[in-house]
Amino acid sequence: MSIAIQEILAKYPNAKPDSLIPILQHVQEQMGFLSEDSVVEVGKYLNMPTSKIFGVATFYNQFRFNAPGKYHVMVCRGTACHVLGSATVLDEIEKNLRIKAGQTSKDKLFSLEVVACIGACGLAPVISINGEFHAKVTSESIKTIVEEYRNREVQQ
Amino acid sequence: MMADKSYLIEHVLNHSEKEQLNPEVLKQLRVLRLEENDKPVIFVGAGTCGLGAGAGLTMKNAKTWLDEHQIDADVIPVGCIGLCSSEPLLDIKLPGKKRISFEKVSGDRVNGILDHVFAGTLPEQPVLGQFKNQESQQEWAGVPYLQDHSFFKPQLRIVLENCGISNPVSIEEYIARDGYRAYLNTLKLFSRREMCDFIEKSGLRGRGGGGFPTGKKWNMALANEADQKYLICNADEGDPGAFMDRAVIEGDPHKLLEGMAIAAYAIGATKAYVYIRAEYPLAIERLVIAIEQARNYGLIGKNIFGTGIDLEIVIKKGAGAFVCGEETALIHSIEGKRGMPRPRPPYPAVSGLFGKPTIINNVETFSNLPTIVNKGADWFSNMGTATSKGTKVFALSGKISLTGLVEIPMGTTIRDIIFKVAGGIPNGKKFKAVQMGGPSGGCVTEVNLDIQIDYESLVKVGAMMGSGGMVVMDEDTCMVDIAKFFMDFIQRESCGKCIPCREGTRRMLEILESITSKPKNRETHEPLARFKGVLQLEKLGKVIKDTSLCGLGQSAPNPVLSTLTWFRNEYEEHVFDKKCRAGVCQNLRVYTIDVENCTGCTVCAKKCPTNAIIGGRKQPHFIIPDKCISCGACEEACNFNAVKVS
Amino acid sequence: MNFTIEVNNNKISANQGDTILDALKRNGMGVPTLCHMKGLFPTGSCRMCVVEVDGRRNLVTACSEPVTDGMKIKTHSARVIESRKTIVELLLSNHPDDCLYCERNGSCELQKLSEDLNIRERRISGQKNNYKLDVSSASLVRDPAKCILCGRCVRVCEEIEGVSAIEFVGRGSKTFIDTAFNHGLNLSSCVNCGQCIMVCPTGALKEKPHIAETKDNLSDPNKTVIIQYAPSISVSLAEEFGLKPGQNIIGIMNAALRRIGFDYVFDTSFSADLTIMEEASELVHRVKNGGVLPMVTSCCPGWVKFAEEFHNDMLGNLSSCKSPQQMMGAIIKSYFAQSEGIDPEKIYSVSVMPCTAKKFEQQREEMTQNGISDVDAVLTTRELARLIRLHGIDIHKLEPELADSPLGTRSSAGKIFGTSGGVMEAAIRTAHYLITRKEMVKFQVRGVRGLEGRKEAKVQIGELEVGVAVVSGLKNASQLMEEIKNGRSDIHFIEVMACPGGCINGGGQPIGADEDAIRARMTTLYDIDEKDAIKASHKNPYIVELYDKFLGKPLGHKSHELLHTHYQKREVK
Repeated sequence: MSIAIQEILAKYPNAKPDSLIPILQHVQEQMGFLSEDSVVEVGKYLNMPTSKIFGVATFYNQFRFNAPGKYHVMVCRGTACHVLGSATVLDEIEKNLRIKAGQTSKDKLFSLEVVACIGACGLAPVISINGEFHAKVTSESIKTIVEEYRNREVQQ
Repeated sequence: MMADKSYLIEHVLNHSEKEQLNPEVLKQLRVLRLEENDKPVIFVGAGTCGLGAGAGLTMKNAKTWLDEHQIDADVIPVGCIGLCSSEPLLDIKLPGKKRISFEKVSGDRVNGILDHVFAGTLPEQPVLGQFKNQESQQEWAGVPYLQDHSFFKPQLRIVLENCGISNPVSIEEYIARDGYRAYLNTLKLFSRREMCDFIEKSGLRGRGGGGFPTGKKWNMALANEADQKYLICNADEGDPGAFMDRAVIEGDPHKLLEGMAIAAYAIGATKAYVYIRAEYPLAIERLVIAIEQARNYGLIGKNIFGTGIDLEIVIKKGAGAFVCGEETALIHSIEGKRGMPRPRPPYPAVSGLFGKPTIINNVETFSNLPTIVNKGADWFSNMGTATSKGTKVFALSGKISLTGLVEIPMGTTIRDIIFKVAGGIPNGKKFKAVQMGGPSGGCVTEVNLDIQIDYESLVKVGAMMGSGGMVVMDEDTCMVDIAKFFMDFIQRESCGKCIPCREGTRRMLEILESITSKPKNRETHEPLARFKGVLQLEKLGKVIKDTSLCGLGQSAPNPVLSTLTWFRNEYEEHVFDKKCRAGVCQNLRVYTIDVENCTGCTVCAKKCPTNAIIGGRKQPHFIIPDKCISCGACEEACNFNAVKVS
Repeated sequence: MNFTIEVNNNKISANQGDTILDALKRNGMGVPTLCHMKGLFPTGSCRMCVVEVDGRRNLVTACSEPVTDGMKIKTHSARVIESRKTIVELLLSNHPDDCLYCERNGSCELQKLSEDLNIRERRISGQKNNYKLDVSSASLVRDPAKCILCGRCVRVCEEIEGVSAIEFVGRGSKTFIDTAFNHGLNLSSCVNCGQCIMVCPTGALKEKPHIAETKDNLSDPNKTVIIQYAPSISVSLAEEFGLKPGQNIIGIMNAALRRIGFDYVFDTSFSADLTIMEEASELVHRVKNGGVLPMVTSCCPGWVKFAEEFHNDMLGNLSSCKSPQQMMGAIIKSYFAQSEGIDPEKIYSVSVMPCTAKKFEQQREEMTQNGISDVDAVLTTRELARLIRLHGIDIHKLEPELADSPLGTRSSAGKIFGTSGGVMEAAIRTAHYLITRKEMVKFQVRGVRGLEGRKEAKVQIGELEVGVAVVSGLKNASQLMEEIKNGRSDIHFIEVMACPGGCINGGGQPIGADEDAIRARMTTLYDIDEKDAIKASHKNPYIVELYDKFLGKPLGHKSHELLHTHYQKREVK
């Protein structure tokens, strides 16, 4: 068993199935995604069939089964953002990063996710990159923002 | 010396209601509320919205300025006061002076403001206002009161009382603002049944959706004998366009905790959950701190203040599923299952979480409770309309001058909210509609703007209170596109359990998609199919409403049915004229090439994915309408402004 | 408490605690259902059973809504019918619509609903989901495109069998039913019991067909094609031809199999007798020599795989006997081939089983001798019926015939293998003789009979009081095994069948049988036992002859080689 998973599970002593989602969240937070092995381990620990866990994990938007990019871009598709043009913003990002929502770019630098309202409607349209918010983005400004992250990478 | 925990417990929390607090204690409380201060305090609105607008840099620059000027002052991040479009907000409270508030203080504006204010003068930068109720403090001459600002004046803030004003992670300040008095009085002075009846009498109704009377629901759970009962706070705010739960938790987490503690006592629950979206990391962080503080003060835990009452509050992070706002789905999610609703009965108040009696209320409902207990059921029920009491928080967004959160008394007209509080439609555009109630709600148009807001009146005009999202739309908004947006949202968020919602919403979306794009082939029956589609929308909508398992499905067709009622002509334009008057539906745009401007450079013809552009080199080009899919690639490619869109 | 409710303006009586559906059914009325499963908690997912209730804004589901005094219900108003019709049309709009090519053409619930609701045009159409077939399993084929997500298979797999090989995956219109990480059934914990097929309303689940290979070998002049049929087949096959449930058509079946072209027709009940000889001897041996107890039967391949996966610390408790199917296969290709002078490699050995897991068992590598499979193909009851129809045989015109000798003669103990408790009863009869050297005065062991999921009894054999338990449905088995692991020691012998009620309700049996039909099949088996002269396996003269001429004695060297097997621990993923 992977030591990382073991360490996570150790934080949930006497866990019952109601700890499943918190454990999966914890695993994803640490590993970036849910690997098959980690799901099997969690299943053994909670004495739950893997199929059940897979069913739960695929139900919720949050869980992913492949590694995210170094920069995880979340595009808000709430109503306020929509009314102010988030569809065009999403299009532009998809074009710019050459990936679709839910995918990770080949160089593993960017991954893209569409999220339901992130509750910053006053700043619509909003995107967040690794938790950093960018407010009132336009299809123009998005190019500059992405470029900034690309440059960061080059500098490193 | 600041009043500490033991001081507050002894002199405030354990203080008998019957006696007046002595002047020394009152002074200590004023200090804690930062109404009287020895060193300057800078407040920065640092909710998610504020941070998004750059409050982080504002705060950093303020600290740098203080360091450079060697001034000993506190910089306190506070929650959101509700005026999102004016973020970042920065307040300064100089010793002896009233607290003064500035708007749109981006990082580069910090120094200018601080230079002036610390010198006792006002910068040219417009001041938002100064605080009214700090009697002992000196006024800023010529500065209006914040409370008189057009955005705040019509408001009546119960739930949002402290948001953006107090330090959200200071339990001391919360206690100094009367915090936890309602809870301790509840434990000392009310039996469980009395508290349930008290809230029933106040007329408080659930703020999360349907508006079920809160006290009545509690009484159902109280009547059910069980070895364990649960209380759940639904903070899985998923309506796109609503963000009051986030703002309340970020700005005043203790008010929520106190409300939950009151409710837990009333129904006899010893364990409570806050089910909160994982997308709200800041709110979760503040809630974690608040729970720890309350536990440290003995306000949650075992044998609370010697009353023998126990309460544990646990945070459960949602994992991203809108349907988990439905109570049985939420319960399944906490139990670690797929968040799919189940038929009711049995209702959660009878058999809920882990099969035990469970009460679920939302953040706003809970946050109303401390004030209701403090000020009385009659005080609360005197506000509002015949059926809907108290206030309601609305999240204003979209095509509107001031976006943000407002709390207004029930019975206010929608027109007043949009045009008085939020300053109307910007850029001289015309108001078209306001979408209320999110994916479960509908549109309110000009003709109904004067209805007084309450649960029933909104339903009557085809909208819904929901959680209180108000998205304003102007003439540039396409209503078919809005309907499509909500249908797309709901069909992606449908849990997939029951057939009408799973298959029906998808078919409705497909119809809307076909209406908003060009028929691929004019020769076929497609135009007829598109026309039949509109008729089918209504039929499908009716069956989905009538037969779906849960509230999400039962209300899923509302945005479509509502726009069909009020904007049928727009649908017909899309279908028959293949025209989107707002110019939003990209696929219906007609592209032509202006012969005068075209240089025949052939760039557009090369970019066209369907080879719809013809023309020789150095000759004006032409777009074949039947081949054009309106992707806009030519317009983007053209360097001579020759591609025209209509 | 009784009260009156009003349905379509008729007053009917209802009980407190009834759902609307219960009350309707008791009064001879009905509404269509898809997701409903008798005895399980209603999920309310299909919405087919919606009815109109006075005072309610929306339609309510009859399966989940409790009746109340004076409730006024309309079960077939225009509003209700239109809703049901729309729901079925929505399903059809995302369905392959290829009934003519479908396994379940004629036995499909979706097809019947669209017929009943008079759906005559495609009013709703749109994008259909595109899914791949899952053909990875040795026993089952899954076609998610035909799945309507009623969830019955998921529930039976979890709530009855305790396996949970499949689950809802994804959300919304992208939901489908699959195994963990979409790996396919063969890599899942699926035990191949086929109960999912039995509850599937459409053609989304079916057995892996073995008809084509069987046909190929039947037309191969160099092959001797031999068929054996399990004890329960003769009491369930009749239903495939419209006869009443429980009718025993063994003689007609023998005749039909010969018409199809099988060279020899044998009865698996014979090898069931053989199983008892070995298994009862093994039990006695364990009891006398302090072997691992309780001993657990191993003739159900669903249970065997389940034990290998979920109770592999108890594999020592499993009897090492092969199942009757495999024993028959092994004897055919050894003893029978020898005595008839046929090259075992030229024998094609087919079995008819009420079971899909037998297809998996037949392919296990332990089930071979010198690289030759004991059994070559396994047909379900349904496939046999198809084969009979394919050959144009009118079973109503056939005269009964006997099975072939020597492997076609059985005791009635071998016959009752087909029902839950039958193996136990047969084993007790022989064990009694082996221990006391006396026959039982009364052969019936009533305590182990019936369709209940769990039966326990104490049986007096001489001075020994033997504790026995019979479970069917693997969830029941799991519970019992947990009790054993937790120290329960009053049980010596356990019979486990994966399918509720045993093989008469196996995953290979005719679709659409209700509890009454299953009971009728059971009753027939016990009637046969009542009427037969030879009621114990050790009294079957051909069994005696087999040991005399070939095997020697039970648990002997040859038996071990041919009739016993071993088990492997399996990692569950």
